[in-house]
Amino acid sequence: MRQMALIELVDISKSFDGELVLDEFNLKIKENEFITLLGPSGCGKTTTLRILGGFETPDTGRVMFQGEDITDLAPNKRQINTVFQKYALFPNMNIAENIAFGLKISGKSKEYIKDKVKYALKLVNLSGYEKRSVDSLSGGQQQRIAIARAIVNEPRVLLLDEPLGALDLKLRQEMQYELIRLKNELGITFLYVTHDQEEALTMSDKVVVMNQGYIQQMGTPEEIYNEPENAFVADFIGDSNIIDGVMMEDRIVKICGCVFPCIDEGFGKKKPVDVVIRPEDIIIGKPGEGILDGVVTSNVFIGVHYEMCIEAGGFEWLAQNTVSYPVGQKVSIRVTPENIQIMNKPQSEDEEALALDE
Amino acid sequence: MSKKIFSGPFLAFMLCGTIIPLGVIAYYGITDRSGAFTFENIKAITTGEHWEALMLALMLALISTVICLLIAFPLGLILKDSKLGKKGFMVFIFILPMWMNFLLRTMAWQVLLEKNGIINQVLGFIGLPSLHIINTPAAVVLGMVYDYLPFMILPIYNALIKIDKNVIEAAYDLGAGFRQVLQKVIIPLSVPGIVSGITMGFVPSLTTFAVSNILGGGKVNLIGNIIEHEFTTGSNWNLGAGLSLVMMIFIVISMALIEKFDRNGEGNII
Ligand SMILES: Nc1ncnc2c1ncn2[C@@H]1O[C@H](COP(=O)(O)OP(=O)(O)OP(=O)(O)O)[C@@H](O)[C@H]1O
Ligand SMILES: [Mg+2]
Repeated sequence: MRQMALIELVDISKSFDGELVLDEFNLKIKENEFITLLGPSGCGKTTTLRILGGFETPDTGRVMFQGEDITDLAPNKRQINTVFQKYALFPNMNIAENIAFGLKISGKSKEYIKDKVKYALKLVNLSGYEKRSVDSLSGGQQQRIAIARAIVNEPRVLLLDEPLGALDLKLRQEMQYELIRLKNELGITFLYVTHDQEEALTMSDKVVVMNQGYIQQMGTPEEIYNEPENAFVADFIGDSNIIDGVMMEDRIVKICGCVFPCIDEGFGKKKPVDVVIRPEDIIIGKPGEGILDGVVTSNVFIGVHYEMCIEAGGFEWLAQNTVSYPVGQKVSIRVTPENIQIMNKPQSEDEEALALDE
Repeated sequence: MSKKIFSGPFLAFMLCGTIIPLGVIAYYGITDRSGAFTFENIKAITTGEHWEALMLALMLALISTVICLLIAFPLGLILKDSKLGKKGFMVFIFILPMWMNFLLRTMAWQVLLEKNGIINQVLGFIGLPSLHIINTPAAVVLGMVYDYLPFMILPIYNALIKIDKNVIEAAYDLGAGFRQVLQKVIIPLSVPGIVSGITMGFVPSLTTFAVSNILGGGKVNLIGNIIEHEFTTGSNWNLGAGLSLVMMIFIVISMALIEKFDRNGEGNII
């Protein structure tokens, strides 16, 4: 049975000064889901959150919450809290007062508030910071206070706008873990914004890849990573080789003049396509052993494995391998059929966007 | 080393413009005509006429400051959010009178408020009873408000536009209504502007003699008028200086009270 959507954005369009930022944007969020909006800077992620939070009115379209239209409802009347991209802590209050703000407004008891503040500070790893002033905290600490301030209210929906952007890698991983635990514990629905694709893939139930106000692809992290629907998604999520190819017939694609077996069907015959191959899926061997012969042109150690460029068949292939092949070495490459991802070429930009926005 | 050189002119200015004149006033204030030391000039504030003038000045200054604040703060809020306000145009309109000669503006009100002035002519024309506020404290307060309002608007507006829009949105996001946002976020964050606005409005109102002369017609005697009188027609510089010293003390005390009030205010926010 399909669960009813908790939040639904219906045909939302928004432009600023004549510039279209969101174009007929549609999104359904189920109760308890962790959805991440992922996309390059300026693609409209914050604008989407602001429309949900009630700080921006869409030019057209509706915002639905539990089947009710809340498009014109004031922000303070919505059961939604936001962790702002720019923290937005109250500079006239100390840390404890900042966190207590929402609880005081809703008239909670002193005891309850005190416990909650303490609990929230512990959660974000800043116990004992109650009396500190906002500007005595580092950017990362302020960011964590912003998270604490939002979650103590236990809203139905939490909007998080790059909430871990100012943290170092270790702390970020810790906080990712804490956020997920918290979400499961409190049953809060998360709408999360990031431009860090790794973060999006590790944390979310569902990833929405956006570009220029359009949804490029929506799906589970595995779907987004393994089966990108178009070149933009493939390029944006992880490194990848995006190559022009021709689909000769079902399960046969021609790349760089060589024939590669693949598993895709139904593209027709002699159809130009985009081919996506992840760098870690390229199998390097001795010359003549693979499908294409080439030569290593660069080699960088990036931790765990080596990232190499291989010039083969007139294309510079990006490959990752735990075995290092020195620059200048002659090698061959091949790819197992299930690791070759075939995509239709976009006919025109508009058509591409329309086709992908469904 | 170089810093010292640059601060030289400022030190010289402070010496000539502030410290020496203050010393001279203090000297006159605690001596009599013959140059002998005395506290009489200072004590003179407690005599009937002087004390009354001081109290009246305090009261009128307080009333006009409160009125200014009640106009300036909401106006600042409106200007902050209006499209025109962002371009500074509306603020410019409100500040414009500031650049006109102060005495001229006050005299204009005299002409407007006169028994047969424009306002009463208009009121008479539309059949309303005429207004008799010229030469009363009410006219003086009106003059003070008109003259010092721009000085109040500017710092308050500046403080208001400096408040981060995100912070106000965060307050709404956490469930606060307009009044709570005002009370807990906007007002506390605009305190510096309010304080300098009050300072800019209260102090000149307290010490003015021009406004009360022109709009009070000699019937509203403020402490400023008395001091002016001693320095001019009365030519008792010692008494004038003594009373000025007392005024300064009053101003310092009022400022300290305002400061203290802020602190308490800030502490009370939650
Ligand atoms: N209030 C506004 N007035 C004018 N233009 C705006 C306004 N808010 C956003 N924009 C524009 O809308 C576009 C999308 O902005 P948005 O803040 O949603 O981007 P984003 O995806 O959150 O980017 P980032 O990852 O950098 O935060 C940008 O081009 C931005 O300049
Ligand atoms: Mg953003």
